[in-house]
Amino acid sequence: MRRTDGRETVVRVTSQQPDVRDHRLSRDEIEANFADLHAPLSRSEALIEADRCYFCFDAPCTQACPTDIDIPGFIQKIRSDNIRGSAQTILRENIMGGMCARVCPTEVLCEEACVRNTHEEKPVEIGLLQRYATDPIIEAGTQLFTRATSSNKRVAVVGGGPAGLSCAHRLATLGHEVVVFNRDDKLGGLNEYGIAAYKTVNDFAQTEVDYILSIEGIEVRNHCALGEDVSLDDLRSEFDAVFLGIGLSKANDLGIEGEDKDGVVNAIEYIANLRQTEDKTTLPIGKTVVVIGGGMTAIDIAVQSRLLGAEQVHMVYRRGPDKMTASAFEQALAQTSGVTIHHRAPPSRILGDEFVTGVEFKTDTGEFVLYADMVFKAIGQHTDGIEGLTLENGRIVVDDGQMTSLEGVWAGGDCVVGGDDLTVSAVQHGKLAAIDIDRRLREG
Amino acid sequence: MADLTSTFLGITSPNPFWLASAPPTDKAYNVNRAFEAGWGGVVWKTLGEEGPPIVNVSGPRYSAIHSNDRRVIGFNNIELITDRPLQTNLEEIRQIKRDWPDRAVVVSVMLPMNEASWAKHLPMIEDTGADAFELNFGCPHGMSERGMGAAVGQVPEYIQMATEWAKTAASIPVIVKLTPNVASILPPARAAMDGGADAVSLINTINSIMRVNYDTLTMYPTTDGMGTHGGYCGEAVKPIALNMVAEIARTRETSSIPISGIGGVTDWRDAVDFLALGASNVQVCTAAMVYGFKIIDDLVDGLGTFLDDKGLELKDLIGHAVPSVTDWQHLNLNYVEKAVIDQDLCIKCGRCHIVCEETSHQAITHTVDGERHFEVIDDECVGCNLCVSICPVDSCITMKQTSDDAAEKLAWTAHPNNPMRNTE
Repeated sequence: MRRTDGRETVVRVTSQQPDVRDHRLSRDEIEANFADLHAPLSRSEALIEADRCYFCFDAPCTQACPTDIDIPGFIQKIRSDNIRGSAQTILRENIMGGMCARVCPTEVLCEEACVRNTHEEKPVEIGLLQRYATDPIIEAGTQLFTRATSSNKRVAVVGGGPAGLSCAHRLATLGHEVVVFNRDDKLGGLNEYGIAAYKTVNDFAQTEVDYILSIEGIEVRNHCALGEDVSLDDLRSEFDAVFLGIGLSKANDLGIEGEDKDGVVNAIEYIANLRQTEDKTTLPIGKTVVVIGGGMTAIDIAVQSRLLGAEQVHMVYRRGPDKMTASAFEQALAQTSGVTIHHRAPPSRILGDEFVTGVEFKTDTGEFVLYADMVFKAIGQHTDGIEGLTLENGRIVVDDGQMTSLEGVWAGGDCVVGGDDLTVSAVQHGKLAAIDIDRRLREG
Repeated sequence: MADLTSTFLGITSPNPFWLASAPPTDKAYNVNRAFEAGWGGVVWKTLGEEGPPIVNVSGPRYSAIHSNDRRVIGFNNIELITDRPLQTNLEEIRQIKRDWPDRAVVVSVMLPMNEASWAKHLPMIEDTGADAFELNFGCPHGMSERGMGAAVGQVPEYIQMATEWAKTAASIPVIVKLTPNVASILPPARAAMDGGADAVSLINTINSIMRVNYDTLTMYPTTDGMGTHGGYCGEAVKPIALNMVAEIARTRETSSIPISGIGGVTDWRDAVDFLALGASNVQVCTAAMVYGFKIIDDLVDGLGTFLDDKGLELKDLIGHAVPSVTDWQHLNLNYVEKAVIDQDLCIKCGRCHIVCEETSHQAITHTVDGERHFEVIDDECVGCNLCVSICPVDSCITMKQTSDDAAEKLAWTAHPNNPMRNTE
């Protein structure tokens, strides 16, 4: 059942064969289901919410932000209707402040650190305020950055995701010429192909990409994959520096019997297809879906399965709730969307003949089987090694300035050690790498 | 609940809350609604001379300073005195007083500096059955350009003169309403007393321009592109009013005159402020114009409950805090307080640290043993109360006395550093 075109419809009529089909819901229902998860704040709402910020000294929210955004500073500017200044305070630290406002797990980052939690158990809505400040600037394409005098240096950025684009933008502002080598049709990486659709409606990922490129000095070469269309050696000889933001392109396997049956699907592939499908009623989904995994991708596929019309969705994680990388908010979102979460249940076998019919789990207290028309694997990704780069647990080792073990090669985002699969961390890696690259190029 | 019946210059009202002379008391319709809501009295919006009615602007008359959630903090107006014919007002006042005999109905008047006008108009007004006059020597805009309102209130001799004319023409009590747009409130208050006033009321509004319009870069608001200063009122002016009330109440020469307190009264605690600092009743306008007449419920039962809790009667509260007001030079310089931060209540916002560090005395930590921790450094703390004032958590930072009660009191008047000290 693995497919890439998203248009094939599979209908199983016998009891042996799974119930997987498209058009489970009407177009109106699908549109309502995939609408913006959080409505943006109106001006009144934003002003009232901004007033709740205490303007803390050495603010805990800023300390908790992987990109060090001066959060009380940008909120102060919202209070005085200084939206451009507010957006600049955000975007100068995090050029993807617009996307991060939508997808950051703020409940474990800035909003968890907010002192209002201690006061009244209700943090300032920092994510929504950040979106309020950045949306009008990004939508209008208001340029807030200038480029430094040309350095006559050229840097290759491999990967068009958050790490690569962040690095490219910072390098461009610092006066360097950048070429982005991007594997896909579009820039954005997981912002475009991975994030749950209801978190980034109205093609925001591409609007943000356009805003980033508007700084100029960034050339984009799509359909250019490292190791296939271009080699690291060529890039090292042709450019003054190379940044790798190549993510984790390979989905991990379960390593259990029956994994190759039809109906067992990699969640990231299904989501990539979902994100690129205009009419989501055409996406086939099982009546009963089992998702294996405990991270954000597992939540995203479980919730979106429900939104596409799956009647029963089980998310099964092999360890306890405290080990899940999906935040409490995301877990709650899944549960209120009708997803049943099971803990401490490692899968032992995929059942079925040609098609999957269920999954067997082995727990401390015994075995159980969950019937399934579709099984999604969402247990993480890994990268293939690149010759010459030191890896640790399948991820690239980098120093504080994001430099790899190879001279002149930096890396960031999900592909490096310390990457935590968050857009905001990838943006920070790209930024730090650009600063380090700039320093080295100017020294050297 | 405590009896809130108030007697001011012999005029009784069921509570000490009167609506001040302003748009809410402009006509019978509003006043009827106010009395139905429970207000103790009204000061009818200022009447002028008989003749062609006053003309108001038909552009904006009001504007406000808002918090971000649009709470009105300060309020400004350029409305003039009543723009309705004198006879209409007189008929309505007569009817209101007949319909509401238990409520106070005071009439505000503003007349030119010409005794004949006072002699002519005051008896006409008194004939309605009104309980008292309030002389409007306070409006700072419009009428002051015509030699009335604040133009009179800023010259003590004029206050005395007009008050004498009013006392001659009137047989009911005369209250003189004072303008705050003066260097000291005491000369105008003394002038009112010298003219024979039965009471003073204060404050009227403060000269003010609210802001500019950020699109047009003209002042805001404007009438056809031009604007003028107005009178400022609302919660923001209360401290200014309280000081002026207390000055009159604590000064020997003026302390005997009854005071009707006005300026930013919004809830019952504001009324406690005015009453304790020497006012015998309070007048309210802005809060009613922001929320409607229903606020009288909280004013009445809030004050009543407070008096019950304190075991006081209304008359005991009046002037209660006046003896605690003095000049700076009499404050005890040997008394020492220091701030104490309750670590259980502290939410670690760090505002106390940064304001103390950057704008005061570097007396609050930010890190202790590597942890985010805010604590007062007693040796540096001068007891300024800045941290208490800006802490977002109520009662988290408090001031504790550290000096010995038995220590000798030492005021500036006797301080060794004072070259003018009293050496006796």
